[in-house]
Amino acid sequence: MKHLKPINRKAHKIEEQVASLDEDVVGLQNARPHVPMGCSLAFSPGWEVDASGGTAGLCQPVERDIYDCYVTCFWPVQVPDHVNYSPDWASNCAAATKDWRSLDLVFP
Amino acid sequence: MNVMQAKLRPFDAPTGEQPYRPGDYHRFEAAGRPYVYLASAGAVFEIDPAVNRALQLVEADEYQHDELLALLVVDGKAAEEAAELIGEMAQIRLIERGDALARPAPETPPAAFPLQALVLNVTNQCNLACTYCYEFGADKIATPSGKPKYMAKETARASIDLLLAESAARKSVHVTFFGGETLMNFPLLRDVVGYANDAAAALGKEITYSLTTNATLLTDPIIEFLSDNAIGVTVSIDGPADIQDKHRVYRSGKGSYEVIEPRLRALVARHRTRAVTARVTLTEGGTDVVRIYRHLRDELGFHEVGFAPVTNSGDREYAIGDGEMGSVLAGFHALADEWLEAALRGEGHGFTNVSETIGELIQGVNKSHPCGAGLGLMGVSPSGDLSPCHRFTDADTHTMGNVAEGIDRTKQQDFLGRGHVGAKYECQSCWARPLCAGGCHHEAFVRYGDTGHANLHYCDWIREWTDRCLHIYGELAARNPTFLERFAAAKGL
Repeated sequence: MKHLKPINRKAHKIEEQVASLDEDVVGLQNARPHVPMGCSLAFSPGWEVDASGGTAGLCQPVERDIYDCYVTCFWPVQVPDHVNYSPDWASNCAAATKDWRSLDLVFP
Repeated sequence: MNVMQAKLRPFDAPTGEQPYRPGDYHRFEAAGRPYVYLASAGAVFEIDPAVNRALQLVEADEYQHDELLALLVVDGKAAEEAAELIGEMAQIRLIERGDALARPAPETPPAAFPLQALVLNVTNQCNLACTYCYEFGADKIATPSGKPKYMAKETARASIDLLLAESAARKSVHVTFFGGETLMNFPLLRDVVGYANDAAAALGKEITYSLTTNATLLTDPIIEFLSDNAIGVTVSIDGPADIQDKHRVYRSGKGSYEVIEPRLRALVARHRTRAVTARVTLTEGGTDVVRIYRHLRDELGFHEVGFAPVTNSGDREYAIGDGEMGSVLAGFHALADEWLEAALRGEGHGFTNVSETIGELIQGVNKSHPCGAGLGLMGVSPSGDLSPCHRFTDADTHTMGNVAEGIDRTKQQDFLGRGHVGAKYECQSCWARPLCAGGCHHEAFVRYGDTGHANLHYCDWIREWTDRCLHIYGELAARNPTFLERFAAAKGL
């Protein structure tokens, strides 16, 4: 916190909590970008801005979104549940850059 | 770490037409610096001039987000900086908006809260007849008729067993010996300490003791026993002879000062292991706090002196009138000045009423209940009946089980439910509630007939005193913060 200086223990706890919230919410275009492994820098869609703060590095096909979320990171859309009911949904797609058209449609 | 979050703003995005309002805080200044005390948490923050300015604006008028932003930008800030400032203030709830919601109340501790301390009423008999006594005086709530007058050895031992069993994972427990006049049952005390030491050691726990006495029966062997067993001693005493003998008298009406004075000197001189504390009851005509303090601290040598106005139902002749309450506060302020000066020099001061509050401010306590009564602490009557604390001893209306049968959880829940600060309507808008939580359950029962009633007759007084202690805290935080660290370490905070 810039404007408030904690001077007892409870105030320090509040500061810690506020700081932890701040760190959890980081826009990729901010000065200290938080770039999850596999996103944007390479062939890895799903992020609204890429590491340079623009959209040029993003991919369009929604299938790629789904594939990448399944493999490397979390993306709050309808990702097939590969743990419980469709473990093999991506088995026809060995390399997403080439095979993304082979991803199955899943109707849970 | 996901994309959706990247779109969130750092605080709730402004929506609709809802103006900011001041949050739940108390502002104070110390050492020329502005501070806020957050009443929803018990936290103390030093605020910078930008926050100070923004608070002044919000306190004076209602502003929508954009209006407030514009005013702060006019004050020389870049828009981004001003937005950050507002966000920071909103995050700790210095400013709020939207529908006024109930203030978050501190969580209710779990029902089976581990016991930490028992107050053993080793006898309800007393060799003095202090006119204001809550146990025997006009406002008594005890119903001792037909019950044992002295605690039996078996009852005392069963109390220790209960304390250890109910202390769950606590490493350390405490026993306070109380009365009546505690020393009228000294043989029991001697037995219990031996028994409790063994019982605690067998469980690998530590046990500590204290005792409250009127000092009339102190002898050299007793003092030696107290010192050898590191039993902390609190003496109920009202001051120099003329004040002490006003109310603290024998049944004949004879004052007790002459009897206790030499015994107190012996106690202070020979009790080497624990602080010897004086507990002063302030009554009508006995409110010269500074003179009382000087006498007890400087002449008799008590290490610490604490003061409390007499408990009464409101119309007793010994009650302190409104006018005299002013002189009590003036005396408190004079001693508070001394306390601060000593602390700035790096020295301790024996005025307990400041020390206790500073200890709580260091931690930033936010109490669900005014004290540990019925929670970590319980009283045991000579018969073995449990009550919320020593002040409810032998009162049938407040029995909470028995040491033989255990704690009556239903009654305990009822007591704690009533006493929770969240259940006290008047407290919800008071900034001093983190430390006060409505005040003494017993005082409330005597005054209002309900342990869960806020002690409204003290509100102004409590706020003034809390404000004073916040000033002291702020001064020390700015000018001698290492004192606060040493103070916390010495108090085991």
